[in-house]
Amino acid sequence: MVQVNGERIDAADGVTLARYLEQNGYKKDRIAVECNGEIVPKAEYESRVLQDGDVIEVVSFVGGG
Amino acid sequence: MERDTFVLGGKEFTSRFILGSGKYSMELIRAAVENAGAEIITLAVRRTNTKKDENILDYIPDHVTLLPNTSGARTADEAVRIARMAREIGCGNFVKIEIMKDSKYLLPDNQETVKATKMLVKEGFVVLPYMYPDLYTARALADAGAAAVMPLASPIGSNKGLATKEFIQIIIDEIDLPVIVDAGIGKPSQACEAMEMGAAAIMANTAIATAGDIPAMAGAFKHAIEAGRAAYLSGLGRVLERGASASDPLTGFLRD
Repeated sequence: MVQVNGERIDAADGVTLARYLEQNGYKKDRIAVECNGEIVPKAEYESRVLQDGDVIEVVSFVGGG
Repeated sequence: MERDTFVLGGKEFTSRFILGSGKYSMELIRAAVENAGAEIITLAVRRTNTKKDENILDYIPDHVTLLPNTSGARTADEAVRIARMAREIGCGNFVKIEIMKDSKYLLPDNQETVKATKMLVKEGFVVLPYMYPDLYTARALADAGAAAVMPLASPIGSNKGLATKEFIQIIIDEIDLPVIVDAGIGKPSQACEAMEMGAAAIMANTAIATAGDIPAMAGAFKHAIEAGRAAYLSGLGRVLERGASASDPLTGFLRD
């Protein structure tokens, strides 16, 4: 079980962050990812394996002032 | 005549109109940017979900510098966290610090803003802090390495104009950084007035977003800001404390 943007989700064991993002339709060049309060650099998406209990935030730009 | 530009973080800008992108449809952004002649546009950072496919970056012309804000931050630490995420998206290192604890008046917390400015400058960001127009805070922000200061004209989204005029003037006169008047500018005449005072640029969002014709209002602001800038550079005519001063010759009247 991991938490993504406040929602608990079942992620398959051993899935990499890159794979999770791809499977869920996120575009790498449009987002930033934080895992347990630390930014995950884009270069590490491939090697980062999701762990049970991870708290993940995926953000992008929206309109603002 | 020399080109009239201003510099933020080593980048030179000709347009003095910083456009917000909130509260109107993405489809209108391109036309608004074009009519505004804007070279900088502000954005916010939020959790994303993949259900909505469109992304605001697809609607912003490539030559425009992105200025993400830290809206949603209540403390310096939260602002730093949002700024880091914005930079990691990969569109540059500009950030507008916006820290508010108060949700009724949306006034910026100057103390936390100074703290966040220090932290983000150390991390290599080009920092533009949104602030309540207080001279001591402006000095602290300049000392901390801010690229500009962004004092508010009146409460965010109020369209009430230059309620803090006297205090913004003090900051313009005393601080050796670009002063970008942000928040509350409701109409082109107010933007023009702030530019006449010597502001380096104007940031506006709600005035455009709530206008009847959004791209046309962006154009109206552009002209007002340019007129105000030209007036400032020309040196405004003096004001008489009392009485009048004829514009016409006081001789050669058709009498006697």
